[in-house]
Amino acid sequence: MSATHLLAVTGISKSFRGLKAVSQASLTVPQGGIVSLIGPNGAGKTTCFNMIAGVFKPDEGSILFDGRSIEGLRPDQICHAGIGRTFQIVKPFKELTALENVIVGALRNESSTRAARKKAEGVLDQLGMLDKRDQPAAQLTLPERKRLEVARALATDPKLLLLDEVMAGLRPTETDQMVAVFRDLNRKGLTILLIEHVMRAVMALSQHVVVLHHGQVIADGAPEQVVRDPAVLECYLGEEAEV
Amino acid sequence: MPAELILTVAVQGILTGLVYGLMALGLSVIFGVVRVVNFAHGEMMTIASYAAIVAFGAWNIDPLVSMIPIAVLLFAMGYAMQAALINPFINRPEHSQFILLAAVAIIMVNGLLMIFGPDARNVLVDYALDSIEVGPLLIDKVRVITAVLALAITAGLFAFFKLSRIGKAIRACADNHMGALVVGLNVKRLYALTFGIGSAIVGAAGAMMTLLIDTTPNVGPVFTLQAFVIVIIGGLGSMPGALLGGVLIGLTEAMAGLFFAPSAKTMFGVAILILVLLFRPQGLLGRKA
Amino acid sequence: MIARLLHGVPKRALILLGLLLAFLLVAPLFVGNYILSVLILVLYFAYTGQAWNVMMGFAGQLSLGHSLYVGLGAYTAAALYVHFGIGPWAGVWIAIIISMAAGLVIGFLAFRFGIGGVYFALLTIAFAEFTRVGFDHFMWVNGSGGFFLPVTQYSVNDPLNLRGSPMMFYYILLTITVLAFIFCRWLLTGRIGYYWLAIREEPEAAQTLGINIFRYKMIAVAISSGMTALSGVFFAFYYNNLFPEQIFSMNRSIELILGPIIGGVGSLFGPILGAFVLTALAEALNDIMVALGYELPGVKLVFYGFCLLFVVMWLPNGIWPPLRKWLKLEDRS
Repeated sequence: MSATHLLAVTGISKSFRGLKAVSQASLTVPQGGIVSLIGPNGAGKTTCFNMIAGVFKPDEGSILFDGRSIEGLRPDQICHAGIGRTFQIVKPFKELTALENVIVGALRNESSTRAARKKAEGVLDQLGMLDKRDQPAAQLTLPERKRLEVARALATDPKLLLLDEVMAGLRPTETDQMVAVFRDLNRKGLTILLIEHVMRAVMALSQHVVVLHHGQVIADGAPEQVVRDPAVLECYLGEEAEV
Repeated sequence: MPAELILTVAVQGILTGLVYGLMALGLSVIFGVVRVVNFAHGEMMTIASYAAIVAFGAWNIDPLVSMIPIAVLLFAMGYAMQAALINPFINRPEHSQFILLAAVAIIMVNGLLMIFGPDARNVLVDYALDSIEVGPLLIDKVRVITAVLALAITAGLFAFFKLSRIGKAIRACADNHMGALVVGLNVKRLYALTFGIGSAIVGAAGAMMTLLIDTTPNVGPVFTLQAFVIVIIGGLGSMPGALLGGVLIGLTEAMAGLFFAPSAKTMFGVAILILVLLFRPQGLLGRKA
Repeated sequence: MIARLLHGVPKRALILLGLLLAFLLVAPLFVGNYILSVLILVLYFAYTGQAWNVMMGFAGQLSLGHSLYVGLGAYTAAALYVHFGIGPWAGVWIAIIISMAAGLVIGFLAFRFGIGGVYFALLTIAFAEFTRVGFDHFMWVNGSGGFFLPVTQYSVNDPLNLRGSPMMFYYILLTITVLAFIFCRWLLTGRIGYYWLAIREEPEAAQTLGINIFRYKMIAVAISSGMTALSGVFFAFYYNNLFPEQIFSMNRSIELILGPIIGGVGSLFGPILGAFVLTALAEALNDIMVALGYELPGVKLVFYGFCLLFVVMWLPNGIWPPLRKWLKLEDRS
């Protein structure tokens, strides 16, 4: 493995009650890169994410992050290692305001609540949500909650950000806004691995695409190259790829 | 200690345990379907016990006879409770449901206390002191009768859930709430029916219990806890589990009463509960969630 | 630190709090013994409710066995005083340590073995019941016969040994309640508070943000059980008699949580408001019953039951949140 890889996943597998959700999957994310993980529904993308994020321990294989083995660590330890994530089904702290939601994340690196508050305001501003700061998360719209997920994760100062379908349900203009935000973050040094169905975002963002099908990696390469791959086209046949 | 004595106490404990099991079965049925823990279960049983005591005192009706109308009464009560109180709470957080039923329980216990006072009451049927000779053992007749009835009711309930249309619908509802809604089952009505059935069972158990123990308003919370202990040991939602749990607790309590102090017996039941919660939280016969 | 405590608190709220405190400070000078005893009860429930609220309202862990910590606190301090002559202000630390230890054992078992929700609540009841029956047979403190503190004349107040007039107890309890209020505000506005609320709302998301859920739940249990032990110590020295059947009972646990539930779980002022409302209503009911010549046992608890039913059905967040809105005090206080 080259030292420039921030994340190197090698041959990880996971079964649930004998059913193989992910089998021998490998992927790498270079330092400073944006990699997309795509594939039809049920391909095992979220399971992959959950293994990287520490929700499940892989049955086999290794996960190296920043040169350190992280498989089997708890999610909070993964966070401390420098990986932030969002959930496909958003999990906001409903009774807390948007700002308070982000403060929880910001406290990871800030020693005082005052500093965390300041930082959280900065992150909300970056995502264009500062005007919602005092609204309880329960009252936010779905696109706003998706952005809140991102803000919360960003506030923990991750080196690698795992995004699980943050564009789903967004209107095209909103998608473009999000893409711009991630491009900007990436320019500032953030490495991103995203699961995405919205091909518009995948094509616009990623330098590299990994395709998962039935738990196995079937293609891995530059976006233009991967979408022309016959194996990829075949696995999407009958599936409706959102464009 | 003579072996006959130990054996007699053990058999009596198992027989009593079957009635405990029947009581807990009501709780288990309700939880298995409605997914609400009936925190007023023991209190409902106590209401049934008082009904049996009143029926015996006023009209000299044997609790084994009055248990039928009492079960019907409790069915109506359970149905009404589910329809009026609990259905609106189905999607509320667990602790809200818990507090709702705790409130109902408090009202029931103290309502009984207001009506009947704190003194212990019992039913003395003419066969109360008869016993049956089994080899060297002398077993109380009432315990044998109630245990057999408890088994019969359980078997009947089992058949109802396996064979009848409503029983099958209720089971479908328990297995898959969404699915039941999709195929057009009236889930709220089925929930109310289930709560009614669970209440009827505990009603029958309450009537029988007057033959075995003295009733005071304060046994309500004790039996609520007892029912929890039993169903958690047996497996919340498992019908055979409830009976097994009941037998286990009945036996443990009888043995604890014999070898230690009778007043310390609940401690052993609770100790078993703690062990089961820690090492097999789904219960002895329960399925993993 | 003061800045943190006051951050985002509207002035009106501070003024109202100040008025309430001033009222509580001077009230004993103008009321008779009966009202004073009622006020002591109010403060007792306000403080204990606050302690329970740390666990349920902040960290989201439903305990229905808090009488365990009251009882352990009460018995520890009382036994140390009676058997070894150790005064309550020294004994209270041991009482707190013992209660915390019990809380931590229960917490450890529950959180390590993944017992949550209703099962956790049942486990707390089970431990309280277990302890109750255990104390019934614990002859060092006279088992079910009850344990008594020597009662002396209230001629001279001896705050160091918590022996004296109700007035003394009142002011001590008021101090404790005010300190607990400030302590909870301090907890809630700090890292711990944010982490607890996050765990209460969405444990999975909280963990993803780097929070060690197990550790913070354990801290909640430790603080809550330790605080509750103090109310047990107060109980022992105020009432001078302890019976396992009463102090460890499930009814007592439920009584303790009524205040915060009626007032508003998770808010700082909810437990205090709840204690006022509940105690006032119960006493008023008592007076009415006495005036009418009824003396039925159980009436008070039936009334409690209906209050609880009413609140949980129509005011699921308690009285305080709507009242707070009405007073235009939009803050988590």
